[in-house]
Amino acid sequence: MKIVVCVKQVPDTAAKVVVDGGVVSWGDAPLVINPWDEYAVEAALQLAEKSGGTVTAISLGGEAAKEALKHALAMGCNDAVLVNDPALADIDTQGAARVLAAAIQKTGDARIAVFGKQAIDGDSGVTAAQTARALGWPALTLAASVSLDGDTLKVERAMEEGRQKAEAPLPAVLSIVKDFGEPRYPSFMGIRKAAKAEIPAWSLADLGVAAPAAAVTWKEILNPPARQVTNEMITGASPDEIAAKLADKIMEEKVL
Amino acid sequence: MANTVWAYIDQFKGVATPASWEAVAVARKLADQLGSGVTAVILGSGVEALAATAFHHGADEALVADDPALADFRGGAYAATLAAAAKSGSPVIILFPTNSRGREVAGMAAIDLNSGVIPDVTDIALEGDQVVATRPVYAGKLLAKVACTARPQLITLRVRAFGKPAVDAGRTGTVTKIAAVADGDKVKVTGYAESEGRLSLTDAGVIVSGGRGTSNNAALQPPADITDEKQKEIWRAQQGFKLIGELAETLGAAVGASRAAVDAGYIPYSHQVGQTGKVVSPDLYIACGISGAIQHQAGMRSSKVIVAINKDAEAPIFKLARYGVVGDLHDIVPALTKVMKERLGK
Repeated sequence: MKIVVCVKQVPDTAAKVVVDGGVVSWGDAPLVINPWDEYAVEAALQLAEKSGGTVTAISLGGEAAKEALKHALAMGCNDAVLVNDPALADIDTQGAARVLAAAIQKTGDARIAVFGKQAIDGDSGVTAAQTARALGWPALTLAASVSLDGDTLKVERAMEEGRQKAEAPLPAVLSIVKDFGEPRYPSFMGIRKAAKAEIPAWSLADLGVAAPAAAVTWKEILNPPARQVTNEMITGASPDEIAAKLADKIMEEKVL
Repeated sequence: MANTVWAYIDQFKGVATPASWEAVAVARKLADQLGSGVTAVILGSGVEALAATAFHHGADEALVADDPALADFRGGAYAATLAAAAKSGSPVIILFPTNSRGREVAGMAAIDLNSGVIPDVTDIALEGDQVVATRPVYAGKLLAKVACTARPQLITLRVRAFGKPAVDAGRTGTVTKIAAVADGDKVKVTGYAESEGRLSLTDAGVIVSGGRGTSNNAALQPPADITDEKQKEIWRAQQGFKLIGELAETLGAAVGASRAAVDAGYIPYSHQVGQTGKVVSPDLYIACGISGAIQHQAGMRSSKVIVAINKDAEAPIFKLARYGVVGDLHDIVPALTKVMKERLGK
């Protein structure tokens, strides 16, 4: 069984991201595989191990996105494909979903497409659901646990109120949350294999789809206003005295 | 004239999430500017009673799909039902609360309607009937101003970003039944597990969070059957989180945690606040034993009042804090619980 995992290349979470002259900059912080996507890769690999399947990693992006794909390969994915086309520069989530859907179809016989919960740059958190919709496949999003029972995927979804148990027949789309369990580290052999891997690039022409027009456009990107805060340190001779002073302040703020 | 501003009412087991009413209230403001009315869209089973509350918050009309096939949330069925209603109506803007369900319905409906979704918006301006939405990206390290040029514009509003909605219990409206479009969704919900009804972090007005510092009370002696050093550390941290939980209970707060605390196994991931956890903006955020890494700050910096309790006077969290206490959470937190109980008459 073929499983596809979609990954994105993003600035590291520790990066200090700023806008400089209208352009987003993260200084010399490294670009990494989106942290949520590592859980998706882990889930895809476990599903493949249990079902005797293979995992193909797909990323939509420029040449730099190959690093995210190499990380996925080093973790154990069988192969990887970069979807790269100049027409994708201003793509929105809808467009990304339609292009990913076409790429997933082009892999031939993918039965499960796995995503991370969201990408930590755009923070949209809709691509898995939208790709499922574009594919016409059921979506089991925010999965904290996953099992495969014949042709049925069973998950527990992490929702605000607790876990929802749900299932769907294959083919299906999954998105994975951190409760799934720690992603494996790339193995030494995996890193060597990934370093040598030739990663094919597919253009929109290869996928046979037109450049999707963006419905959502970014008009402006700004640094957030500095947090206006007056620091006040609370001191006292004992924890009880400090707590009493702090309680006074909290009550004065009228936030309870 | 048909209403051009719609609000999607998110509910769990027939109870609307409070953020749904925030969406209705924002819809009301936009509709007033556009000289139009507000339609609330209510999907579920046994949910018709929610229409009255939607009217109280500013809706003029409620479209209600009340069907056993919608009893459990399923994004595909909910999106298809919403999209069918939108195709036969004339919405220009559809607002949703940002939570797991709101994102999924809005995202899927955007595909069905061949339009676009703008998720997790914190501010809205109108230029004609074009919404210019402000949304935090890179976990709030930057703000993007975004517009959807297609119609309808699907927008999910960050919970608690638009203030408490006003209520007018005298307002009424008309209820229109619509059909569920649920057949196409192959997802089957088979049950629920674990902590239903717990106060969700994103809805909470007050959050008390713990970090690495929860584990460093060396005076605590773990039970003799715990011999492994790592397990001893986790046991100590759990005692720290007990203190945090008691303060949270006193304040009616949710319990949060830093990534360091979650990664160390002190507390489940569902409590994590930060770039790879939940992004929250409560009225009061009390950070206990949290140093304040960039990725944690990204998840809580929009809180109204921040209190930091940390042993290390140099901890970056103090730069964000309105009130800071340099001290051990194991001393300060129980003392604060005690005095807050008295102040709040508990």
